[in-house]
Amino acid sequence: MQLSILTSITGLLVLGYILELLRRQQLREKYAAIWLLIGLLVAPLGFFPDLLDSTAKRLGVASGASLVLFAGFLLILLVSLHLSWEASRLEAETRTLAEDVALIRAHLVAHGGYPASTPRAAAADAIDSEVLS
Amino acid sequence: MIDDRRVLIILPAWNEEEGLPSVLAEIQRQLPYVDTLVVDDGSTDNTSAVALAAGSAVARLPFNLGVGGAMRCGYRYAKLHGYDIAIQVDADGQHDPSYVPTLLAQLDEVDLVIGARFDGEGDYQVRGPRKWAMSLLSVVLSRIARTRLTDTTSGFRACNRPMIEFFARWYPVEYLGDTIESMVGAARLGFKVRQVPVAMRARTTGRPSASPFRAMVYLARAGLVLLLAMIRRMPEDLKAIAPGTPAYAASKQRAAQQLPVEA
Repeated sequence: MQLSILTSITGLLVLGYILELLRRQQLREKYAAIWLLIGLLVAPLGFFPDLLDSTAKRLGVASGASLVLFAGFLLILLVSLHLSWEASRLEAETRTLAEDVALIRAHLVAHGGYPASTPRAAAADAIDSEVLS
Repeated sequence: MIDDRRVLIILPAWNEEEGLPSVLAEIQRQLPYVDTLVVDDGSTDNTSAVALAAGSAVARLPFNLGVGGAMRCGYRYAKLHGYDIAIQVDADGQHDPSYVPTLLAQLDEVDLVIGARFDGEGDYQVRGPRKWAMSLLSVVLSRIARTRLTDTTSGFRACNRPMIEFFARWYPVEYLGDTIESMVGAARLGFKVRQVPVAMRARTTGRPSASPFRAMVYLARAGLVLLLAMIRRMPEDLKAIAPGTPAYAASKQRAAQQLPVEA
């Protein structure tokens, strides 16, 4: 009985946190969808852990715990794969933007009297100091 | 300008303020007909300032992208400003600009000319795993490009206009992408590659790594890069500008007739 209290509270907290991130617009919808789905799947399991065993039995998995481990591992794998894909795409986009900035700046230095900035000035201008590291 | 062709030398530079002025001065002295572009790859020293002071155009990237990133930026500049020929030269002084005419002479017949060391000229020696890696790359790349290539990681290369347009859109940024993968990509789409022998000088700045362990790592990474380069699918929009297409012919034509391109 105690276990189901722990799991149900955890499930609700996770779901609540996802909803809160969404509400504060910290999480884009495309990521939110998958996490909401996970939350909605996990939360009921917290209230009714027996559901897990019956589902496991129906799928031919010996115990509910094994099913959770397998599904959880698969999920984390897919999520990290998705993040790698997103990171690759973002790097490609950032690269194109950096090139655009360099080309536009070169043009402005040559034709528009734009100051040819030194690294120190660039560091002062940079909003995020990590950009230069 | 050389026989009405506009030539740009692209120098990717990362923290090269020491060597750059002499390299630029040498280029201007020996090749007065070319323009230079220094792509400052997010340097933290005064690379941009010394390049501007030496009279070169400068494109300063806001952060370090790696040689591939700097080179695509350079090719985009070449395309934007309507250059007919782009030549890539290292900013550390190991490439002798007096070989540039040798490279240019080949561009009538091929799209990409590589200045290769150990092809008769110069005295550059390597041993052990690094040598195996280089031989492996030479054999495989020679087969892919259907021409003899002995120095596949040379960063001394010249391109005609269709090649510039290709590299302006596709230039790998990953490790060895600027040399090996870019060449494989070009060769796979049918661009003609050829090497000419050049002597390379000791770098004026920096020093090549020589430890056996690092050479083994190099071998492994080179193999991986090669494998990826072979199995990666080339984007469809690039096939439209490959040799044999109307776009390629138009690009060559424009180079010959000197029509202005849209800015």
